[in-house]
Amino acid sequence: MTTQVLIKDTNNGVKSVSKLSNQERVLTPLVNIIETDQGFTLTAEMTGVPKDNIQVNVENASLVLEGVVKLDLPENLQITYSELPSVTRYRRVFTLSRDLDASKIEAIQRNGLLTVTIPKAAHAQPRKITVQVS
Amino acid sequence: MYGLLNFADELFSNIDQWQRQLEGRNAVSNIRQLTQGAFPKISLGSTTNSVEVLAFLPDVDIKTLDIEIDKNVLTLQGERVIPTPSADEKATVYAQERYSGKFKRVVSLPDDMDVNQVNATYKEGVLRISIARREEALPKRIEIQ
Repeated sequence: MTTQVLIKDTNNGVKSVSKLSNQERVLTPLVNIIETDQGFTLTAEMTGVPKDNIQVNVENASLVLEGVVKLDLPENLQITYSELPSVTRYRRVFTLSRDLDASKIEAIQRNGLLTVTIPKAAHAQPRKITVQVS
Repeated sequence: MYGLLNFADELFSNIDQWQRQLEGRNAVSNIRQLTQGAFPKISLGSTTNSVEVLAFLPDVDIKTLDIEIDKNVLTLQGERVIPTPSADEKATVYAQERYSGKFKRVVSLPDDMDVNQVNATYKEGVLRISIARREEALPKRIEIQ
């Protein structure tokens, strides 16, 4: 659900800005984040999200993971008990450090788990400098 | 359909949910780690000729899963091992929210189940167990002669 927020600008008339409503409910995927010398590996649990429904975006130095759940269920199924809220969308936003190379992010999805690898930019990778004896 | 033992788990996951709602769900994610309730999360549903058990089990090797039905009690157990980096790998763990280890969930089923007609499928991390109702328990239309 999106709401339109109107901002009145004296010079240009009325501008319309689309903004996410605070009422929108999303599931927060659980993640593990591990940093190594080469970069970060983020694994996010997005259960029931087919590959085509996953979106991994980089917007203004933040990494946005989004997914829409699609379950193959019989049509006349009545849910009698559920431990999950009746929400079918996952979304979580992470801030990316400037030391990371956003252009080389890779994402793989398997068995409901999304693995995102974010390499460090060349300048941020540790370098070993050998001292030479003259 | 579920026992009292789940009460504590549910309570804590509800508190967690409310807390998240207060903090604002669309806020930029933080370093703080989220807590988790029961694993795996389960949903139950029924159709006229079957009962469906859905377990949300991402990244699980199906060979480790063990599903058993005994006297209308369904037991699902298994193990999910998430490798953690060893000390000499020079890796830093920033968040570890995903459950790692053994798990077991028990669900009591209605009495009219046919335990010989059980179907289990695993797709995109969702385990769906479909148990047929017994033939004699299915609704029947009676023709008037």
